[in-house]
Amino acid sequence: MAEIQSYTMNFGPQHPAAHGVLRLVLEIEGETIQKADPHVGLLHRGTEKLAETKPFNQSIGYMDRLDYVSMMCNEHGYVLAIEKLLGVEVPTRAQYIRVMFDEITRILNHLMWLGAHGLDIGAMTMFLYCFREREDLMDCYEAVSGTRMHATYYRPGGVYRDLPDSMPKYAESKFRSKKELDRMNSVRDGSLLDFIEDFTNRFPSCVDEYETLLTDNRIWKQRTVNIAVVSPERAMQLGFTGPMLRGSGIEWDLRKKQPYEVYDLMDFDIPVGVNGDCYDRYLVRVEEMRQSNRIVKQCIDWLRDNPGPVIAEDHKITPPTRVEMKDDMESLIHHFKLFTEGYCVPEGESYAAIEHPKGEFGVYIVSDGANKPYRVKIRAPGFAHLSSMSEMVEGHMLADVVAVIGTQDIVFGEVDR
Amino acid sequence: MSDRNEKLASKIDARFGDQMARMASTCCELTYELNKDDLLKVATALRNEADFGFEMLIDVCGLDYLHYGDTEWATNSASGTGFSRGVERKPVILDEADEFDPKRFAVVYHLLSIQNNIRLRLRVYTGTANPPIVKSVVDIWNGANWFEREVFDLFGIMFEGHPDLRRILTDYGFIGHPFRKDFPIMGNVEVSYDAEQGRVMYKPVSIEPRTLVPRVIRDDNRYSADLKDASKDG
Repeated sequence: MAEIQSYTMNFGPQHPAAHGVLRLVLEIEGETIQKADPHVGLLHRGTEKLAETKPFNQSIGYMDRLDYVSMMCNEHGYVLAIEKLLGVEVPTRAQYIRVMFDEITRILNHLMWLGAHGLDIGAMTMFLYCFREREDLMDCYEAVSGTRMHATYYRPGGVYRDLPDSMPKYAESKFRSKKELDRMNSVRDGSLLDFIEDFTNRFPSCVDEYETLLTDNRIWKQRTVNIAVVSPERAMQLGFTGPMLRGSGIEWDLRKKQPYEVYDLMDFDIPVGVNGDCYDRYLVRVEEMRQSNRIVKQCIDWLRDNPGPVIAEDHKITPPTRVEMKDDMESLIHHFKLFTEGYCVPEGESYAAIEHPKGEFGVYIVSDGANKPYRVKIRAPGFAHLSSMSEMVEGHMLADVVAVIGTQDIVFGEVDR
Repeated sequence: MSDRNEKLASKIDARFGDQMARMASTCCELTYELNKDDLLKVATALRNEADFGFEMLIDVCGLDYLHYGDTEWATNSASGTGFSRGVERKPVILDEADEFDPKRFAVVYHLLSIQNNIRLRLRVYTGTANPPIVKSVVDIWNGANWFEREVFDLFGIMFEGHPDLRRILTDYGFIGHPFRKDFPIMGNVEVSYDAEQGRVMYKPVSIEPRTLVPRVIRDDNRYSADLKDASKDG
């Protein structure tokens, strides 16, 4: 009888389940993985090097393009690091807006994750359900920043502008009946806050729907329970953060433990897993969506009652309003200097970390006092998670590789930078 | 946070003494510099001893200090002819030097202690050797594996004791270390498809470097703390 030998198989980089451009070189015996060697960098754009050649503010847009399913959270890490160096005070209203949009982004990210993860391991319907809700959140992005994805909304010192008083409406078209149009526009009569509030009222029952489909589903459990178990010790050793760490049972959330902005005033819980397998990480993320929903609600209540400035008044850093710029010489000079040369940041270094939907997203900036950063280092959570791929899939079947890619919530924009 | 940092700092000073030098802290963060020969000993102690308990390595970052503090556009004194927008390009320094400036390359480690809820930054200069080399911390924190590969790929800093020091982010067969300050932003080669030969060709880059906003360091009353106070009084 011929001896069975292990063989090497290539997976990706163009594979629908590879979540982008992941190339895996797998050593397989039969259908059992012995070793996985991920090849990354196919989406490497040199974001950090590009940021060194531009004034600070011009790189905010690059941050959106890192983890392109949780855009505003990336911006948040970057502007926080700049604010730490500059020592600017951010107005409270801007802090609430940031927290609200961070949580909206978290829901956006987890919906994308849930839909794609479901699709990968055989739950087609999830994708359609998740994208239904994502669409509404994308509209919030659009209403506040003008774009559905790459918002560039956070600025050092606050946010670009206040929340709009009206929501854009669907236009009439020959593909929609009048009745259909009225239904779609019915929640868009009020302000953005009204729209988000309507969403937060609806959303918990949507999560219930997802859970009805998946949580007790026999196939879902067969594909996720006891797959890729990571012990808490290993999770720390490998540098896991976010839901990957919490799924292994470690209660660690920067929003609670090292609060930034107004998270210390928010009332929410940290879900924690028990077994550290794919199923626990699924449960953690689903519960995080519910908690995010709670936080968004608290922010809406505060934002309704407390109007105020949304960006610091320090015009050495933030631009003056258009009206001021038109009839005040000083403001004109500020405007001109800010948009040609930018502002200089004091010499020093800072590391700002936020609880990104995927884990700890950190930005380390070294400044030598110039108008451009000397070095920007982005600590992407997905990079640390993907590096443990080999360990997580070892001994599992080929089909489980896809489940592991899904559970790690990999997005190549941030892994490759 | 700063209370905790001070407590940690006094513990570190007591435990390590001369091995670690505290840097002036900016932004309420704690930074220590240490000799590269002490790195493994200190790192092991920082992870294992209950006073520190840094069980997580958050990040490893390479740094190239070649152009630190350089400006492209001196504007401190006015002249009869006005300012020029042009940026004078510095000659490219080849990395074939036998020795580097001892403060040119550094590796920065960000540590996190979950049990004590503290962070710490360590900086190690690589010294004059070419290629620059430090010891790998991969046996202390396994998560360092890819972070060190990345630093090697982008800065050419070697990690002694790393099990698998390959390039990670750049292309297969890439030459050079792109995040070094003397590596041009547009790279050295470009690829295009050659229809006649029916394959992808590498050629020297055809674009010219261009600076839209010159790099300047200001020390006028907007930025200098003393001058800022003075301008308020006046």
